[in-house]
Amino acid sequence: MALPKYTEPHYRIWHYVYIFICTCVFFFLIAPLFVIFPLSFNAEEFLSFSEGMKNLDPDAFSLRWYKDMIYGTKNPWGLAAKNSFIIAIFATLGSVLLGTVAALGLSSRHMPYKGLIMATLISPMIVPLIISGVAIFFFMAKAGLAATHTGIVLAHIILGTPFVVITVTATLSGFDHSVTRAASSLGSDPVNTFMKITLPLILPGVISGGLFAFVTSFDEVVVVLFLAGLENTTIPIQMWTGLREQLSPTILAVATCLIILSTLILVTAELLRRRSERLRGINR
Amino acid sequence: MSSETEKILTTDGIPLEVSLKKAERKNKIKAFLLVAPLLLFLLITYIFPIGDMLMRSVDDKMVTEMLPKTFKSMEKWDGNEMPPEEVFEAFYLDFQKLVEEKRDGKLSTQLNYTKNGFKSILKKLRRKAKNFEEGNYKEQIMAVHKRWADVEYWRAIKRRAPAYTTSKYLKGMDMYKNEDGKIVNVDEDRRIHRVLWLRTLEIAFFVTLLCFLMAYPIAHLLATLPMKYSNLLMICVLLPFWTSLLVRTASWMILLQQQGVVNDFFVMTGLVADDNRPEMMYNKTGTYVAMTQILLPFMVLPLYSVMKTISPSLMRAGKSLGGTPFITFWKVYFPLTIPGIGAGCLLVFILAIGYYITPALVGGASGTLISNQIAFHMKSTLDWSFASAMGLMLLAGVLAIYWVYNKLVGIDNIKLG
Repeated sequence: MALPKYTEPHYRIWHYVYIFICTCVFFFLIAPLFVIFPLSFNAEEFLSFSEGMKNLDPDAFSLRWYKDMIYGTKNPWGLAAKNSFIIAIFATLGSVLLGTVAALGLSSRHMPYKGLIMATLISPMIVPLIISGVAIFFFMAKAGLAATHTGIVLAHIILGTPFVVITVTATLSGFDHSVTRAASSLGSDPVNTFMKITLPLILPGVISGGLFAFVTSFDEVVVVLFLAGLENTTIPIQMWTGLREQLSPTILAVATCLIILSTLILVTAELLRRRSERLRGINR
Repeated sequence: MSSETEKILTTDGIPLEVSLKKAERKNKIKAFLLVAPLLLFLLITYIFPIGDMLMRSVDDKMVTEMLPKTFKSMEKWDGNEMPPEEVFEAFYLDFQKLVEEKRDGKLSTQLNYTKNGFKSILKKLRRKAKNFEEGNYKEQIMAVHKRWADVEYWRAIKRRAPAYTTSKYLKGMDMYKNEDGKIVNVDEDRRIHRVLWLRTLEIAFFVTLLCFLMAYPIAHLLATLPMKYSNLLMICVLLPFWTSLLVRTASWMILLQQQGVVNDFFVMTGLVADDNRPEMMYNKTGTYVAMTQILLPFMVLPLYSVMKTISPSLMRAGKSLGGTPFITFWKVYFPLTIPGIGAGCLLVFILAIGYYITPALVGGASGTLISNQIAFHMKSTLDWSFASAMGLMLLAGVLAIYWVYNKLVGIDNIKLG
């Protein structure tokens, strides 16, 4: 963003103001996340920087809260992590399966009432979570699935499918349907065509939809608050309880682990997006 | 030529038109069958339960079922004078049955909602009714307490006869139906919901505005920088986007607390005195700051995707025609970004209006929104029909905005990342 030499002074000043504003906004966006890292290594029980930490005294830092997270007495994080992963994995599988199949139908030009059906399928993403939570709770209570893993998995499938539907339909919008017709004309049956031709081509979209579904489930707290019993506690539930009751630095250790996890997911999602764009021949 | 020969036939001898229609229908069914599993799943587990919320919010069968004989005998009573003996007898029989089934407590709670003072006189009636003699129930009941001889209380019972009610919706707007069936406001000092609705709108509006003001410059920067720099900066937008909501809220709780990093910084720079640290959390400030940062990526991404498509040559053309950079920006660039602004603002507004977690954690009493009230009634007071009514009122608002969004941008154009 170098300025040409002939720029007039007041535009030059304006340009630096603009760069300054942008820097501030980026700082506002990203800095809060980085406060958590150093504080999670705090040797003391406080959630602010101790004098020792400000002077970079090595004794002021410790892995105490990470140890507490893993080995702590009556610590809920082990069970919560196990539950979170089990629920998120099954919810992702369910969302991807239902969402991809539905997206295939929606992308067909023969699909009747496309707008209405699309609106229905996307609705869990638009409706405020608290309302979804109430509605899903009423259903699960009637079906006898409240406070069960099955109930939470089903709830997360509801919330996760819109993301899969959107990403897969987007991938299919650039899809050249003559390849499937070519496969059919060469004698392939529809299932074989899907597995051998369509799926490999839309796979990046499917996976990135799956990532969205996974993160949605892994991070979801409103609906689980209504549904979960003591046995079904998840990481977000534990964090929510911890943040409401007492802010212990153990939460920061967990938060640091979650930030690392989300960085990994972000990198995967970005790589997939670029691959998908390459496959669809979009060059930017 | 006759029309017979004009019809084109397929090799099977069927007219082409018929054959084509058949094939089309087959394709339609095929496409629909692919969507059917998800559609069915959502209808059963999601759409119908929202309908169920609607039923619950207007449902008032509880009292109707508890006092069947009373309401039947009340049909003929016009409500002007004291009800006749048969009403008293029916009420006595209904009430005795409830006492036997130990459901009289529920009745007294319900009737107390309609008119204050029922709780104590029902308790008294329960004690005295054991020794009632057969016949002439009117006098015996009226002798229990002077309120039983007050026609107002009998009218209050009659008001609970219908199986459906709009009272929960009225309560959500701080209104109620008075004795004459007119809709009136509740007393000034008991109006809590209207304040909440207004606050929800206010916070959603200003969060949207703040997000827009912050997102516009950085989306512009991201769209105009060379790829290798913008990709790097994009991470600053995407990392918060992918990070757990609770982690981001936790970091704001650490930053904004009284002994927190932001306050430490203010003290260090001498902006505030050490013993006079401002409260930045558990009030509106906390809600504003945290929600703006959390929702900012949802504004940046649509703006960025629109700005990316604007050719830089348009700005150069504007300048070469004599426009100053500001004029060119205002007359050429800005109008082209309006679709992105619309998409981003509506998205952020819809998300903000239904926010629950962040206000509950950093909002305190003055920074909570309507969602928190719904959760409160779901979990604490267990008044599920009222929670449903409030939820549906919020949903109606969101759907209206969504409809506008769909008209302006189209749901097919929602992009993720």
